[in-house]
Amino acid sequence: MAKKQLVSVKVNGREREAAVEPRLLLVHFIRESLQLTGTHIGCDTSHCGACTVVLNGKTVKSCTMFAVQADGAEILTVEGLASASGQLHALQEGFKQEHGLQCGFCTPGMLMSSYALLRNNPNPSEEEIRRGISGNLCRCTGYQNIVGAVQYAAAKMAKPGNEASVAEGVAK
Amino acid sequence: MIPPAFEYLRPNTIPEAITLLRQHVEDAKILSGGQSLIPMMKLRIARPGYLIDINRISGLSYIKEEGGFLKIGGLTREAELEASPLIRSKYPILIDTAHVIADPQVRNLATVAGNLAHGDPANDHPATMLALGAQVVATGSGGERVIPIEEFFLSLFSTALQPDEILTEIRVPVPPPRSGGAYFKLERKVGDFATAAVAAQVTLDANSVVQKVGIGLTNVGPTPIQAKKAEDLLRGKKLDEASIRQAAQLAADEAQPSSDLRGPAEYKKGLIKELAKRALARAAERAGT
Repeated sequence: MAKKQLVSVKVNGREREAAVEPRLLLVHFIRESLQLTGTHIGCDTSHCGACTVVLNGKTVKSCTMFAVQADGAEILTVEGLASASGQLHALQEGFKQEHGLQCGFCTPGMLMSSYALLRNNPNPSEEEIRRGISGNLCRCTGYQNIVGAVQYAAAKMAKPGNEASVAEGVAK
Repeated sequence: MIPPAFEYLRPNTIPEAITLLRQHVEDAKILSGGQSLIPMMKLRIARPGYLIDINRISGLSYIKEEGGFLKIGGLTREAELEASPLIRSKYPILIDTAHVIADPQVRNLATVAGNLAHGDPANDHPATMLALGAQVVATGSGGERVIPIEEFFLSLFSTALQPDEILTEIRVPVPPPRSGGAYFKLERKVGDFATAAVAAQVTLDANSVVQKVGIGLTNVGPTPIQAKKAEDLLRGKKLDEASIRQAAQLAADEAQPSSDLRGPAEYKKGLIKELAKRALARAAERAGT
């Protein structure tokens, strides 16, 4: 067995570290070492996007990266989206209001991809939304309501006074 | 899926990385984007004893024109290619290609160089780079050497890179005026490998006569294929519907697809013919005919 290596990351604003084997995948690190089980393991083969997290501002599939590669990185997981007081992020509210989920398994990954999309493009067209979530599979909704949920969030965040809501996740 | 155990090494410079490669030459793999390597390790198709992570080496991520070449650094990500104003305005064939590689998350990590160095005929950049007449820069203990892309792909997953070499740069000759290119791919769903795909790049004169042409084929043989007969036919000829049809037929003849879950060999040959027509027509359009 390879020697364990120390991995330090900032997850949802908190410094965390653990000694891990190099072969430990980032998703296992997040779920098991850090006990943040909101990030799901779906296909485990880099197709479904359920394990999507935001790493240094960009979405990655955490099943296709080793934890040691993330050493020093800032990570945002679905647990970091709502405010400390428990107020839902505009995207989470959108998924709830627009019925953007049925079984909910893909939802954490969908939220993270949508989050990154809106950070880069606060007012995406329907096509841009579909492209933005093209790395995330949903087997329930047929995507229609997910697109609606992202549009809901974009509209809400565009209202004056709501600009801060999307940045809140990383800030806290 | 848990990959087999390995030692993880993280050099900060290219010379350090090459020294590590030499030390573990039989049993090391370079880790850049990892979007092909890590899935292969999880399936235990690849079992390197040492992973040399080059992601922290600075100065390897760039897109620039210099000395008559478009230069793409060894660590440039697909997402960076897609977002580059230079690529968007002058190299639409590279945008076509990057857009259909995997999905947004994968493209945030996957590198253009890795797409070539992996040596997978199902990858998309090999055909495009063949069409563009690119060169790759291999850096090893003996320094740098430049390999023409048509000499790079040797067999399935095997390239002209030596065991102690790293692909550090891709060079695409800056296309002359009246040049255009396009990449057409059929995939079953987002993120899938091509059932078949065709890259075409042309340079025309004022009368639409072909001065330069490159045609590359994806996933229809043990290596990426340069459709040389189709290129020969077009060179010096007026690019019109008739010559495009003839060239597309030759490209289909040059394809060596095998039947698999993505379809029978004959179907794939038919696809190459159709995609070659479309890619050449779009290339001509972009060249400004």
